[in-house]
Amino acid sequence: MPKHPRRLPRGLGLVCALALAATACGGSDDGNASQEKVGSADIRAALKKGGTVTVWAWEPTLKQVEADFEKKYPKVDVKLVNAGTNNDQYKALQNAISAKKGVPDVAQIEYYALGQYALTKDVTDLRAYGADKLGRSYSPGPWNSVRSGDGIYGLPMDSGPMALFYNKKVFDKYKIAVPTTWDEYVEAGRKLHKANPKAYITSDVGDAGLTTSLLWQAGSHPYKVDGTKVGIDFTDAGAKKYTDTWQRLIDEKLVAPAVGWSDDWYKGLGDGTIATLPIGAWMPANFASGVKNAAGDWRVAPLPQWTKGAKASAENGGSSLALPALGKNKELAYAFVQYANSGEGVQTRIKGGAFPATTKDLNSKAFQDTEFPYFGGQKANRVFAESAKNVATDWKYLPYQVYANSIFNDTVGKAYVSGTPLSKGLKAWQDASVKYGTEQGFTVQK
Amino acid sequence: MTTLQPPVAAGRRPSRPPWRRARAWTGWGFIGPFVAVFALVFLAPLAYSVYLSLFRDRLIGGTTFVGLDNYQQALKDDQFWAALERVALFLAVQVPIMLGIALLVALALDSGRLYGKDFFRISIFLPYAVPAVVASLMWGFMYGSRFGLVGDINDGLGVSLPDPLSPDLVLASIGNIVTWEFVGYNMLIFYSALRVVPHSLYEAAQIDGAGQWRVITAIKLPAIRGALVIATIFSIIGSFQLFNEPAILQKLAPNAITTDYTPNYYTYSLSFSGQQHNYSATVAIVMGVITMIVAYVVQLRGMRKGA
Repeated sequence: MPKHPRRLPRGLGLVCALALAATACGGSDDGNASQEKVGSADIRAALKKGGTVTVWAWEPTLKQVEADFEKKYPKVDVKLVNAGTNNDQYKALQNAISAKKGVPDVAQIEYYALGQYALTKDVTDLRAYGADKLGRSYSPGPWNSVRSGDGIYGLPMDSGPMALFYNKKVFDKYKIAVPTTWDEYVEAGRKLHKANPKAYITSDVGDAGLTTSLLWQAGSHPYKVDGTKVGIDFTDAGAKKYTDTWQRLIDEKLVAPAVGWSDDWYKGLGDGTIATLPIGAWMPANFASGVKNAAGDWRVAPLPQWTKGAKASAENGGSSLALPALGKNKELAYAFVQYANSGEGVQTRIKGGAFPATTKDLNSKAFQDTEFPYFGGQKANRVFAESAKNVATDWKYLPYQVYANSIFNDTVGKAYVSGTPLSKGLKAWQDASVKYGTEQGFTVQK
Repeated sequence: MTTLQPPVAAGRRPSRPPWRRARAWTGWGFIGPFVAVFALVFLAPLAYSVYLSLFRDRLIGGTTFVGLDNYQQALKDDQFWAALERVALFLAVQVPIMLGIALLVALALDSGRLYGKDFFRISIFLPYAVPAVVASLMWGFMYGSRFGLVGDINDGLGVSLPDPLSPDLVLASIGNIVTWEFVGYNMLIFYSALRVVPHSLYEAAQIDGAGQWRVITAIKLPAIRGALVIATIFSIIGSFQLFNEPAILQKLAPNAITTDYTPNYYTYSLSFSGQQHNYSATVAIVMGVITMIVAYVVQLRGMRKGA
């Protein structure tokens, strides 16, 4: 990236250059200048001195972490604020950053969104605080996701290696075998819908997260990112595997038209009309709290494969905790992030139902042997941990994935409600993403 | 201030300059507070939007002055014009229906022949008191074809109603919500205008042997022309600013309502999802100008007929 005032990101531009050069923006805006190390002694001193840390996060298990942290460091006051879930929170965060007011000291940012904040240097490079030494303790998927160039812009909080959650009661009732490939999945969907026209193999009305994860698993590489050079292409062999299969599900109306996380959706998961859910390993806590009436019905299986006998997996969701560049109390903020995502907080959060990103915990016997009463006592973590190992690490999201995802339903969504083929929908998504990237000054290859 | 021009005697001429200065300051003293507030809440935001619209802020490259480039882009922006077309269609269909119903109800109330007039009036007006967000959510649940009212009707009667949230019908469904919300409000405007028509006119008409229909067309409608024009202008502005209803329903029908569904929703998406504040300001200004033109034309036409 050329070192030129013009690269100052967004709202930071003018005012920042004039007024704040010495403080907020100046300090962290410059990637190379961050070598000014903040030692653990500084962090310890900050913890002793105390202060307030504002944390914007929607992850429920952080509540207990907050309480424990404050107990351990009585002088530190952690203010945990739920500023909305994913997109809503990003909007609020972006507004705060633009206004340079009310920016939290710590923010939960999902992996797909972190790249954008890293690119504009709106989040702090954590190498200065020693985050670069933590690399080995995280599983490769999440760790890759918090890195951008040489910098490390967050600590992985959880991860979402994918698995197939399925309603065993429904599968048993209609004597359908649990699918191991996506072809079998389509077949199972047909059988199920035929046996009970009200039942669907899954629900999908177009979800950017699911589509990108399935492309990831299929070995597609739609996004190529090299600094400010971006390539977008949804026509490789992996993408074709996905569109061919998913098109059949859509054409034959085998997917329920329930919007994810809506009342419809929860009801469907509860009453067996939505029979499976390919989703990240962070899902169990949501099952336990949102679909109480189906406790015992559901089980976990490895994600169906694109090639029979293969063992490919992908990440779906998962977040990091990052330090917005305009936040205050950086040392305290980092101390909290480290406590929550690398220190004692990890165990607390696992107990609360979160799925860790730390290899030590993923491989621990206690973790793997945990029985989930909701899944009829199944040791589901074994499936998840196995999936985590099989995640391809060469996947990239766009540096403006938040925007791209926001227009997913404008483009790909058409395939779900009209005769537009999925591949055409993806092409439209590609074009719109290319257009936006070009407008934003990226060098985009089609 | 120019109206304060008392005749000046020739002999007092020498004293004029200081007096004039004093007058200037006194005037400002009176209008100062108003001008300050007016500038702060009306002119400053407008000026700031115009200022914003002259720049372009990019992820790579930062903020640059681009002059009128944003306006050029807006004039060629298919997404913007498609959104405008959509609200224009909405305006052409929904506003006449809504105002027609409101007028009918107002005339019915005014006729004095209704039993339980007060109850009728309040229940027609009540939806206006429901916040648009709540109303959209409520209707959204009713429109649900799986677990909503539509779904229940389908199950209960064994029919299959068309899905109100499908791409073809969703604009009509939004129109239904907006009509439900604003019939009462417009009815109240018409009704209050009707109440001030002097009763002597009705009596005169009765003596002349005019029937109810004749009274309506010859007395009542001409008398409330001003109210009709005002309600129409409000409705035009309301239609062009359509935002709440599609924004709420978007969560339920993400594939039918795009993020550029109406001009306002488009500016919102540009600003909050795309971080294109500058272009968003431009689109908002263009839309504002278009709204002003349309409203002004309607006002001119309405008033000309009245004159």
